[in-house]
Amino acid sequence: MLSAEKVSKSFGGFQALNGCSIEIGAQSITGIIGPNGAGKSTLFNIVGGLILPDSGAITIQGKSIAGLRPDELAKAGLVRTFQISRELGQLTVLENMLLASSGLSGESVWHNFWSPTRVRSEQQQAIAKARGLLEQVNLWQFANEPAKNLSGGQKKLLEISRALMLDPKIILLDEPTAGVSPLMTKALGETITKLRADGLTFAIIEHDMDVIAKLCNPIYVLAEGRTLTSGSFREVVANRDVMHAYLGKVS
Amino acid sequence: MISFLILISTVVCFSAILALALNFQWGLGGMVNFGMAGLYALGTYSCALLMLKGGANTFFATLGAMAIVAAACGVIALVTLRVTEEDYFAIVTLGVGEMLRLVALNEDWLTKGALGLTGIPRPLGDVIAPEYYQYFLLGLSVALLAGTVWFLNVIARSPFGRIMRALREDDVVAATLGKHVLWARVRIFAIGGAIIGLAGSLHGFYYQYIDPTQFSNIVIAYAFMAVIAGGRGAHQGVIWGAAVVMVLLEGSRFMKDLIPVLDSDQLAAIRIIIIGIGLILLLVFRPQGFMREYRLQVNFK
Repeated sequence: MLSAEKVSKSFGGFQALNGCSIEIGAQSITGIIGPNGAGKSTLFNIVGGLILPDSGAITIQGKSIAGLRPDELAKAGLVRTFQISRELGQLTVLENMLLASSGLSGESVWHNFWSPTRVRSEQQQAIAKARGLLEQVNLWQFANEPAKNLSGGQKKLLEISRALMLDPKIILLDEPTAGVSPLMTKALGETITKLRADGLTFAIIEHDMDVIAKLCNPIYVLAEGRTLTSGSFREVVANRDVMHAYLGKVS
Repeated sequence: MISFLILISTVVCFSAILALALNFQWGLGGMVNFGMAGLYALGTYSCALLMLKGGANTFFATLGAMAIVAAACGVIALVTLRVTEEDYFAIVTLGVGEMLRLVALNEDWLTKGALGLTGIPRPLGDVIAPEYYQYFLLGLSVALLAGTVWFLNVIARSPFGRIMRALREDDVVAATLGKHVLWARVRIFAIGGAIIGLAGSLHGFYYQYIDPTQFSNIVIAYAFMAVIAGGRGAHQGVIWGAAVVMVLLEGSRFMKDLIPVLDSDQLAAIRIIIIGIGLILLLVFRPQGFMREYRLQVNFK
């Protein structure tokens, strides 16, 4: 579905990615783990179109997506969330959701004057859809609140729900469970599994090994900007290099 | 006194329209415009020249001025934001604004330079008797102000308004959610530009004489004050903001009668100080401004 081949990127003298390759299969939940500074988020930023790689190729279903802007990628069905929540605090929870719905004619200025009824009915449909998604994560009751008032965990959930408003094909989740309660993490895992069954593809950066073990297959281990190894959770944890990368070398 | 009140109300109206334009671009859309004074001059001069040299009537001259300023703003946004970060955008607007003011000052063949343009025609100026004209101009200004607020409110509450507020906070998120950031910003700036053109046209109708000194950078300061006092993003609030700023500014002329020891130089300085103190007090006691911007509210059932 999505593949990144030999992607490299350096920031000044720091080589964040150094020939990293991953392959995200259709309808997989691909896990990406690695120590801090391994280049995981940089990889997501490159795939998501926020920064350009120095070299390497990124393709979706065989088609190159090099140089596409984030909004073009979103229209092609790829959406990402951020490691540190980037909710739009001044907008209400519901407005955050509605922002992500695509194809509203009211996004063109003049339609709001020429065909206000159509704009309104589209908005009602989008609200109904947002409501369904927000109810799944217990956020509908906060629909009218500015998003800045939510707790850290709720902001994470809002971001994931907002990504789902786009009806994406591929979702890149950057540490989705950081700061989310165990109960919500479990619910989130169930939601992801269900969405996968509906045909979505996920790539998840995560430090919670329980989440990785339960959800993800295959798992890629990144270290120092390279792909260290990949495989099922069992295979990956059995790998000595992975132990070294995460825990340091045992003398 | 009545006559003074009518004049000051008219000034409040077109100052409020100018402040609304800034509120749209900066308050809602997050695009700083430090070139406001120059763009305002562009609107006023365009309208006046379309009538004096182009032979247009007041209606088409106003539309023309709106189109010219909108196009100028659209080009500024497109050219600048395509190649640089938004931080530099503020600097470019400042430069363009200053450039426009210098054109007005130096291109004598077009603008008559420092002498200014005189005899600017007014809407229905030869139909309405001069003694009633100020009432008509006030009515027209109020109507245009109301129309502007309505127009901008429809946009602010629309899905496009939501994109504007999203861009103000985090353009990366807006892009990630499928919004074309550059194109949205060009539209925001151009629509604001059209409103600046409208305010500029009214400025010409009111004074009937324009020269470059009327468009100094203090115009920008007043507009920012009105937006901050009124509440960023809140259109109705900004009208109150503009009213407070203009009433303090013009009303403080009467201090001369109350405190006769002051000479006119001292008075001029004190008037600016009063505005400053007023703004500080406002920010201390009501930092969010008079009103709050529109937020979508749904009822749960």
